[in-house]
Amino acid sequence: MEIVRSHRQVAAAAAAAGGGGGAGALPTYKAAPQLEVRLEEFELFAIDRLRVLKGISDGLSRGKRPEEMEKLVSELWKTHMRHQDPAETLNKDIISHFVLRLVYCRTEELRKWFLSMETTLFRYRFRLESPESQRMLMTEFQLPYKALPHSEFEAVKDKLSQVARSIGQSANVEHVFFKVPFEEVPDLVASRRVFLSKGYAYVAMSQVVSLVVTQFRCNISKALALTNRKWTATIKEQEKDRLTPIVEALSNAYFGPDYSQPKDAVDISLKDIDQLAKSSFPLCMRHMLDKLRENHHLKHGGRMQFGLFLKGAGLKLEDALAFWRAEFSQKIGSERFDKEYAYTIRHNYGKEGKRTDYTPYSCQKIISATPGVGDHHGCPFRHFGEENLRAALNKMGVGGHALEEIMDKVKNRHYQLACTLTFETTHGVSCDSGINHPNQYFSESQKVLRAKNQTMESQSQSAT
Amino acid sequence: MEIDDQKQQQLEAPAAVPEGFNTDYLRVYYDGKHPGCDQSYVGRREFSFTLENDIYLRFQSFDSAAELESSIKEKCPFKIDIGPVYSVDPSKRHAYAQSGNNVFVPVERELIFDIDISDYDDVRYCCSGADVCSDCWPLMTIAIKILDTSLRDDFGFSHILWVYSGRRGVHCWVCDSRARKLSNEQRAAIADYFRVYKGGENALKKVSLAGPVLHPFLARSYMDVLKTFFEDRLLLSQQLFSSERCQKILDLIPDENVASEVHDKWQGNRRSSVSKEDVNVTRWEQLKTTLQSGKHKGLRRCVEEIVFSYTYPRLDMEVVFVFQLIPVTVMILILQLFRLYHRYGP
Repeated sequence: MEIVRSHRQVAAAAAAAGGGGGAGALPTYKAAPQLEVRLEEFELFAIDRLRVLKGISDGLSRGKRPEEMEKLVSELWKTHMRHQDPAETLNKDIISHFVLRLVYCRTEELRKWFLSMETTLFRYRFRLESPESQRMLMTEFQLPYKALPHSEFEAVKDKLSQVARSIGQSANVEHVFFKVPFEEVPDLVASRRVFLSKGYAYVAMSQVVSLVVTQFRCNISKALALTNRKWTATIKEQEKDRLTPIVEALSNAYFGPDYSQPKDAVDISLKDIDQLAKSSFPLCMRHMLDKLRENHHLKHGGRMQFGLFLKGAGLKLEDALAFWRAEFSQKIGSERFDKEYAYTIRHNYGKEGKRTDYTPYSCQKIISATPGVGDHHGCPFRHFGEENLRAALNKMGVGGHALEEIMDKVKNRHYQLACTLTFETTHGVSCDSGINHPNQYFSESQKVLRAKNQTMESQSQSAT
Repeated sequence: MEIDDQKQQQLEAPAAVPEGFNTDYLRVYYDGKHPGCDQSYVGRREFSFTLENDIYLRFQSFDSAAELESSIKEKCPFKIDIGPVYSVDPSKRHAYAQSGNNVFVPVERELIFDIDISDYDDVRYCCSGADVCSDCWPLMTIAIKILDTSLRDDFGFSHILWVYSGRRGVHCWVCDSRARKLSNEQRAAIADYFRVYKGGENALKKVSLAGPVLHPFLARSYMDVLKTFFEDRLLLSQQLFSSERCQKILDLIPDENVASEVHDKWQGNRRSSVSKEDVNVTRWEQLKTTLQSGKHKGLRRCVEEIVFSYTYPRLDMEVVFVFQLIPVTVMILILQLFRLYHRYGP
């Protein structure tokens, strides 16, 4: 893999080798660049690009319209990838793409996600390019079409309008058309989405974008499969002390606040936990508390997920120890608890061993967990069966139309959106940022409740 | 190479149909009826013969018209099929198999469509299956008209041969070199472009024309051919609105209330009609007025959908892909003749 080897080579300019894009700023990533990449850049560039891709993923799952997506992509790119020097931007663009190929080639699920996001990114960046740049890109994808000259356009304008309207689009919106032999656009011919005359299809710009994007997607898909083979065969082992750990960490990266040091340090105390669970815990944590109270035990996955959450919510170490001991000792006795479980809790607070302060799990991590028999961790929206989930939501006071909306989100695998909706329903407010961390759910919830209390207080004050 | 012009010259006058079938008749028929053909090209064309006793010979090829002629006269096939043009001489294909890679592949093949009158059984009452009469044959002729126009105006083809397929329909052979080089995907795309009728056995309503307006191809077909044919000929020849048959049309209306409203009106009017005009015409006008009144949502295209259901060409979607062999049992119908038939009937 070229990137890897080039670590040992001397720096070279990015623009020339970058894998295409001609004079335009939009590379097609056809070939890995012959560049030197510093190890820090390797990781940092990839992280920045990942922020863009995750932002896109977020936008898509919120059902943003094309115009909104276009704006979003432009903003994301500007925020995370743009450099004053266009050559530097291109450099980062290309390197980050190829690094992420390594990261996301390793499983079917990762490949699908990466392919989908990169294709979307490419689609909207293409739309934002200038006409000349677009034409150059079209040539690169073997779509060297010539735009229809004005006189010809005028002659067939009515028919083109008619076709647009026949497929449910507004007439007279598109002004750039290409005259293409019908053999080259079989899909458009088959679905009667183009005007045909004397063997030529009149293809709108937006349709050409589709053709370009389809090819791009096809190329990346093949490349990912290839990369995976190379990774498995040689690179992973070769780089096990250097790149491999970085690559493996990147695929689980989370980009919100980490809640390891609770800022709004509202210390939650032992006696508050049950009350707080009812009012402010997300469903996953409520569930685990219920089960802990019921069984006086939680298996390892649950102890980690719930324990770290409590830490992030502001539970002090001594209180945490007391909390778990109170429950576990009912089943196994306090001596065994002290011998076998206390250590782990102290470990989670960074008081033992490596002394790493463990950060509470994000939704992404929780959703991707694989709870087994007897486990209660994971994300209920993903891991519960439909009946159980409905029952659990009912217990939270969610029913009727809202419940159906939530179940619909679950069916479409938008688990975090389902949780966000749950939050919105139970708190009576909207949550635009969306839930992506259980501690975020908790702190947002506390904010809402505090605000409500203040309102009530001032109301009662003014009433007296 | 260009054999397009020569193909045009193959067109022949119709032959007399023999009284009874006899192998001798075959001999007589075959004598003197052979097309001229281009030397190098035809050598790679596959023919297949079905002989007496169902003996089937594939991968026959000939280097000249004379060779083809003598082989036919000698073997007297009951059925001849024409296949694609291959990369090498089909009868010598085994020699090339040694060299490993797929050397023996079909490279050229006319674009072919097949329309079968039996596919129209659900909209004709006069005949069924392989039977044809002067009332329902026009369904074929307008299908030819629509497809022929589109193949020329939309796709730019010009060497188009329409042939009676000998039993119950027509074949269309597009012989332009551009057509011969089409891939299977491209052929399928053209067939889909023509496809409007999408129902299976169970779908009641098989034509659905979405969108506020029709694609220019469909609009042109409707305005220039289908509307007139439906209103001036088919309505009457098939008595589509007779009491027993009108329910079928009403079933195509997606709004049940409207359908039963119209139905009740017709029931009521049955005895009191004093108009000299044919009941089919009257009822169609009434139905059109109701559907186009704009009072009912979702019925915008219903009139066109009804017309298309009854008259639009129904292609056999097993469109010929490059590998298939096509029977050419009796070549008697040509485009000029089709115009005659259209006026006078089969």
